[in-house]
Amino acid sequence: MLNQSGALDQVFQALADPTRRWMVERLSRGPASVSELAEPLTMSLPAVVQHLQVLEASGLVRSEKQGRVRTCRMQAEGLRTAEHWINQRRDAWERRLDRLGEFLAETEPPPKKKSRKK
Amino acid sequence: MSVTEKRNVVHSTFCIERSYDASPERVFQAFAHLESKAKWFAGPEAWVAHEREFDFRVGGREILSGGPKGKPPHTFAAQYFDIVPNQRIVYAYDMFVGERKLSVSLATIELVAQGKGTRLIMTEQGAFLDGVEDGRQREAGTKELLEKLGRSL
Repeated sequence: MLNQSGALDQVFQALADPTRRWMVERLSRGPASVSELAEPLTMSLPAVVQHLQVLEASGLVRSEKQGRVRTCRMQAEGLRTAEHWINQRRDAWERRLDRLGEFLAETEPPPKKKSRKK
Repeated sequence: MSVTEKRNVVHSTFCIERSYDASPERVFQAFAHLESKAKWFAGPEAWVAHEREFDFRVGGREILSGGPKGKPPHTFAAQYFDIVPNQRIVYAYDMFVGERKLSVSLATIELVAQGKGTRLIMTEQGAFLDGVEDGRQREAGTKELLEKLGRSL
Protein backbone atom coordinates (compact mmCIF):
# COMPACT_ATOMS: atom_id res chain seq x y z
CA MET A 1 0.00 0.00 0.00
CA LEU A 2 2.93 2.31 0.63
CA ASN A 3 3.48 3.15 -3.01
CA GLN A 4 -0.18 3.81 -3.55
CA SER A 5 -0.88 6.21 -0.72
CA GLY A 6 0.22 9.19 -2.83
CA ALA A 7 -2.21 8.22 -5.54
CA LEU A 8 -4.99 7.72 -2.97
CA ASP A 9 -4.30 11.16 -1.47
CA GLN A 10 -4.79 12.68 -4.91
CA VAL A 11 -8.00 10.72 -5.36
CA PHE A 12 -9.36 11.89 -2.02
CA GLN A 13 -8.39 15.50 -2.77
CA ALA A 14 -10.10 15.28 -6.13
CA LEU A 15 -13.25 13.94 -4.47
CA ALA A 16 -13.27 16.51 -1.67
CA ASP A 17 -15.24 18.89 -3.92
CA PRO A 18 -19.02 18.35 -4.38
CA THR A 19 -18.96 19.33 -8.09
CA ARG A 20 -16.23 16.80 -8.78
CA ARG A 21 -18.09 14.14 -6.78
CA TRP A 22 -21.13 14.79 -8.91
CA MET A 23 -18.98 14.44 -12.07
CA VAL A 24 -17.58 11.13 -10.83
CA GLU A 25 -21.05 9.81 -10.02
CA ARG A 26 -22.24 10.87 -13.46
CA LEU A 27 -19.24 9.26 -15.21
CA SER A 28 -19.52 6.05 -13.20
CA ARG A 29 -22.79 5.50 -15.10
CA GLY A 30 -21.04 5.93 -18.45
CA PRO A 31 -18.89 8.30 -20.55
CA ALA A 32 -20.05 11.85 -21.24
CA SER A 33 -18.86 14.82 -23.28
CA VAL A 34 -17.61 17.93 -21.52
CA SER A 35 -20.70 19.87 -22.61
CA GLU A 36 -23.00 17.10 -21.32
CA LEU A 37 -21.20 17.29 -17.98
CA ALA A 38 -21.38 21.08 -17.93
CA GLU A 39 -25.04 21.31 -18.88
CA PRO A 40 -26.69 20.67 -15.48
CA LEU A 41 -24.02 22.68 -13.67
CA THR A 42 -24.43 26.37 -13.00
CA MET A 43 -20.88 27.36 -13.77
CA SER A 44 -18.77 28.51 -16.69
CA LEU A 45 -17.26 26.00 -19.09
CA PRO A 46 -13.69 26.96 -18.10
CA ALA A 47 -14.60 26.20 -14.45
CA VAL A 48 -15.95 22.80 -15.49
CA VAL A 49 -12.77 22.11 -17.46
CA GLN A 50 -10.70 23.02 -14.41
CA HIS A 51 -12.57 20.52 -12.26
CA LEU A 52 -12.07 17.89 -14.94
CA GLN A 53 -8.35 18.60 -14.97
CA VAL A 54 -8.17 17.86 -11.24
CA LEU A 55 -10.04 14.59 -11.77
CA GLU A 56 -7.74 13.67 -14.65
CA ALA A 57 -4.63 14.42 -12.60
CA SER A 58 -5.91 12.11 -9.87
CA GLY A 59 -6.28 9.28 -12.37
CA LEU A 60 -10.01 8.94 -11.70
CA VAL A 61 -11.07 10.26 -15.08
CA ARG A 62 -9.55 10.33 -18.52
CA SER A 63 -10.69 12.28 -21.54
CA GLU A 64 -10.22 11.95 -25.25
CA LYS A 65 -10.85 14.46 -28.01
CA GLN A 66 -12.49 13.24 -31.17
CA GLY A 67 -13.14 16.02 -33.65
CA ARG A 68 -14.64 18.85 -31.64
CA VAL A 69 -16.01 16.69 -28.85
CA ARG A 70 -14.04 15.82 -25.72
CA THR A 71 -15.37 12.68 -24.08
CA CYS A 72 -14.71 11.89 -20.41
CA ARG A 73 -14.81 8.50 -18.74
CA MET A 74 -13.98 6.84 -15.43
CA GLN A 75 -10.55 5.35 -15.15
CA ALA A 76 -9.95 4.47 -11.49
CA GLU A 77 -10.89 0.80 -11.71
CA GLY A 78 -7.32 -0.27 -12.38
CA LEU A 79 -6.06 1.31 -9.21
CA ARG A 80 -8.93 -0.05 -7.17
CA THR A 81 -8.73 -3.57 -8.51
CA ALA A 82 -5.00 -3.67 -8.03
CA GLU A 83 -5.44 -2.40 -4.49
CA HIS A 84 -7.92 -5.21 -3.90
CA TRP A 85 -5.48 -7.82 -5.22
CA ILE A 86 -2.60 -6.43 -3.24
CA ASN A 87 -4.71 -6.56 -0.06
CA GLN A 88 -5.70 -10.13 -0.87
CA ARG A 89 -2.09 -11.08 -1.45
CA ARG A 90 -1.06 -9.51 1.81
CA ASP A 91 -3.89 -11.27 3.67
CA ALA A 92 -2.88 -14.59 2.09
CA TRP A 93 0.67 -14.11 3.32
CA GLU A 94 -0.51 -13.16 6.81
CA ARG A 95 -2.53 -16.38 6.98
CA ARG A 96 0.32 -18.52 5.63
CA LEU A 97 2.85 -17.12 8.06
CA ASP A 98 0.39 -17.73 10.92
CA ARG A 99 0.08 -21.34 9.74
CA LEU A 100 3.86 -21.57 9.55
CA GLY A 101 3.95 -20.48 13.20
CA GLU A 102 1.41 -23.18 14.14
CA PHE A 103 3.37 -25.75 12.18
CA LEU A 104 6.61 -24.78 13.92
CA ALA A 105 4.90 -24.98 17.33
CA GLU A 106 3.40 -28.39 16.57
CA THR A 107 6.68 -29.83 15.35
CA GLU A 108 8.80 -28.42 18.12
CA PRO A 109 11.57 -30.95 18.59
CA PRO A 110 11.48 -33.24 21.66
CA PRO A 111 12.79 -33.76 24.61
CA LYS A 112 9.71 -36.00 24.49
CA LYS A 113 7.07 -36.56 21.90
CA LYS A 114 4.42 -33.90 22.31
CA SER A 115 0.73 -34.52 22.01
CA ARG A 116 -0.59 -32.42 19.15
CA LYS A 117 -3.56 -30.23 19.67
CA LYS A 118 -5.72 -29.68 16.66
CA MET B 1 -14.44 0.67 -24.05
CA SER B 2 -11.57 -0.25 -26.34
CA VAL B 3 -9.18 -3.03 -25.44
CA THR B 4 -6.18 -0.72 -25.10
CA GLU B 5 -7.83 1.19 -22.26
CA LYS B 6 -7.93 -1.91 -20.10
CA ARG B 7 -4.14 -2.26 -19.89
CA ASN B 8 -2.61 -0.98 -16.71
CA VAL B 9 0.01 -1.81 -14.12
CA VAL B 10 0.13 -0.88 -10.46
CA HIS B 11 3.37 -1.41 -8.55
CA SER B 12 3.30 -2.15 -4.88
CA THR B 13 5.61 -3.24 -2.12
CA PHE B 14 4.59 -4.70 1.18
CA CYS B 15 6.47 -6.14 4.08
CA ILE B 16 5.30 -8.55 6.79
CA GLU B 17 7.26 -9.48 9.89
CA ARG B 18 6.75 -12.38 12.26
CA SER B 19 8.65 -13.71 15.25
CA TYR B 20 8.72 -17.45 15.85
CA ASP B 21 9.89 -19.48 18.83
CA ALA B 22 11.93 -21.66 16.52
CA SER B 23 15.51 -21.52 15.35
CA PRO B 24 16.33 -20.05 11.89
CA GLU B 25 17.29 -23.61 10.92
CA ARG B 26 13.80 -24.92 11.65
CA VAL B 27 12.10 -22.00 9.92
CA PHE B 28 14.34 -22.47 6.89
CA GLN B 29 13.51 -26.19 6.78
CA ALA B 30 9.81 -25.29 6.60
CA PHE B 31 10.55 -23.52 3.31
CA ALA B 32 13.09 -26.00 1.99
CA HIS B 33 11.16 -29.31 2.13
CA LEU B 34 7.99 -30.11 0.27
CA GLU B 35 6.38 -32.11 3.10
CA SER B 36 6.96 -29.30 5.59
CA LYS B 37 5.98 -26.51 3.23
CA ALA B 38 2.75 -28.28 2.29
CA LYS B 39 1.68 -28.01 5.95
CA TRP B 40 1.44 -24.24 5.79
CA PHE B 41 1.79 -23.04 2.19
CA ALA B 42 -1.37 -24.16 0.43
CA GLY B 43 -4.68 -22.93 -0.88
CA PRO B 44 -7.91 -23.25 1.13
CA GLU B 45 -8.68 -26.82 2.19
CA ALA B 46 -11.77 -27.04 0.00
CA TRP B 47 -9.69 -26.39 -3.13
CA VAL B 48 -8.84 -29.09 -5.62
CA ALA B 49 -5.12 -29.49 -6.34
CA HIS B 50 -4.12 -29.38 -10.00
CA GLU B 51 -0.37 -29.23 -10.19
CA ARG B 52 2.59 -29.30 -7.81
CA GLU B 53 6.27 -28.93 -8.57
CA PHE B 54 8.94 -28.26 -5.98
CA ASP B 55 12.61 -27.85 -6.82
CA PHE B 56 14.16 -25.86 -4.00
CA ARG B 57 17.51 -24.72 -5.37
CA VAL B 58 18.79 -21.64 -7.20
CA GLY B 59 17.26 -21.80 -10.69
CA GLY B 60 14.70 -24.38 -9.54
CA ARG B 61 10.96 -23.98 -10.08
CA GLU B 62 8.02 -24.25 -7.76
CA ILE B 63 4.45 -24.53 -9.01
CA LEU B 64 1.31 -24.71 -6.91
CA SER B 65 -1.95 -24.80 -8.80
CA GLY B 66 -5.42 -25.40 -7.47
CA GLY B 67 -8.84 -23.86 -7.09
CA PRO B 68 -12.46 -24.27 -6.17
CA LYS B 69 -14.06 -27.29 -7.84
CA GLY B 70 -15.16 -26.49 -11.39
CA LYS B 71 -13.53 -23.03 -11.33
CA PRO B 72 -10.34 -21.87 -13.08
CA PRO B 73 -7.28 -22.77 -10.98
CA HIS B 74 -5.15 -20.24 -9.16
CA THR B 75 -1.56 -20.88 -10.19
CA PHE B 76 1.58 -19.77 -8.38
CA ALA B 77 4.71 -20.34 -10.49
CA ALA B 78 8.04 -19.38 -8.97
CA GLN B 79 11.73 -19.58 -9.68
CA TYR B 80 14.33 -19.40 -6.93
CA PHE B 81 17.07 -16.83 -7.46
CA ASP B 82 18.96 -16.78 -4.19
CA ILE B 83 19.11 -19.24 -1.32
CA VAL B 84 21.35 -18.75 1.71
CA PRO B 85 20.55 -21.59 4.13
CA ASN B 86 18.94 -20.38 7.38
CA GLN B 87 19.22 -16.74 6.29
CA ARG B 88 17.60 -15.79 3.00
CA ILE B 89 15.38 -16.95 0.15
CA VAL B 90 14.65 -14.84 -2.93
CA TYR B 91 12.26 -15.94 -5.64
CA ALA B 92 10.26 -14.39 -8.44
CA TYR B 93 6.77 -15.60 -9.23
CA ASP B 94 3.72 -14.96 -11.29
CA MET B 95 0.11 -15.58 -10.35
CA PHE B 96 -2.60 -16.70 -12.74
CA VAL B 97 -6.30 -17.33 -12.41
CA GLY B 98 -7.05 -19.62 -15.32
CA GLU B 99 -5.21 -18.10 -18.28
CA ARG B 100 -5.26 -14.60 -16.89
CA LYS B 101 -2.01 -13.28 -15.43
CA LEU B 102 -2.67 -11.20 -12.33
CA SER B 103 0.79 -10.23 -11.19
CA VAL B 104 4.52 -10.72 -11.40
CA SER B 105 6.39 -10.38 -8.10
CA LEU B 106 9.71 -10.63 -6.36
CA ALA B 107 9.54 -12.15 -2.88
CA THR B 108 12.34 -11.98 -0.34
CA ILE B 109 12.30 -13.98 2.90
CA GLU B 110 14.90 -12.95 5.47
CA LEU B 111 15.52 -14.95 8.64
CA VAL B 112 17.23 -13.23 11.53
CA ALA B 113 18.18 -15.08 14.72
CA GLN B 114 16.49 -13.45 17.69
CA GLY B 115 17.48 -15.05 21.00
CA LYS B 116 16.44 -18.67 20.61
CA GLY B 117 13.86 -17.72 18.04
CA THR B 118 13.68 -16.18 14.59
CA ARG B 119 12.42 -12.96 13.13
CA LEU B 120 11.06 -13.51 9.64
CA ILE B 121 10.82 -10.55 7.26
CA MET B 122 8.85 -11.15 4.10
CA THR B 123 8.95 -8.46 1.42
CA GLU B 124 6.98 -8.59 -1.78
CA GLN B 125 7.52 -6.20 -4.67
CA GLY B 126 4.90 -6.70 -7.31
CA ALA B 127 3.59 -5.50 -10.64
CA PHE B 128 -0.18 -6.02 -10.61
CA LEU B 129 -1.48 -6.27 -14.14
CA ASP B 130 -4.61 -5.15 -15.95
CA GLY B 131 -7.19 -4.67 -13.27
CA VAL B 132 -10.33 -4.94 -15.34
CA GLU B 133 -13.89 -4.70 -14.08
CA ASP B 134 -17.20 -4.45 -15.82
CA GLY B 135 -19.26 -1.30 -15.60
CA ARG B 136 -21.49 -2.48 -12.77
CA GLN B 137 -18.54 -3.33 -10.57
CA ARG B 138 -17.08 0.04 -11.46
CA GLU B 139 -20.21 1.84 -10.35
CA ALA B 140 -20.32 -0.15 -7.12
CA GLY B 141 -16.62 0.58 -6.70
CA THR B 142 -17.19 4.29 -7.16
CA LYS B 143 -19.90 4.28 -4.52
CA GLU B 144 -17.57 2.41 -2.20
CA LEU B 145 -14.85 4.96 -2.85
CA LEU B 146 -17.20 7.83 -2.09
CA GLU B 147 -18.31 6.16 1.13
CA LYS B 148 -14.67 5.63 2.06
CA LEU B 149 -14.09 9.31 1.41
CA GLY B 150 -17.11 10.22 3.53
CA ARG B 151 -15.70 8.25 6.45
CA SER B 152 -12.28 9.82 6.09
CA LEU B 153 -13.55 13.43 6.22
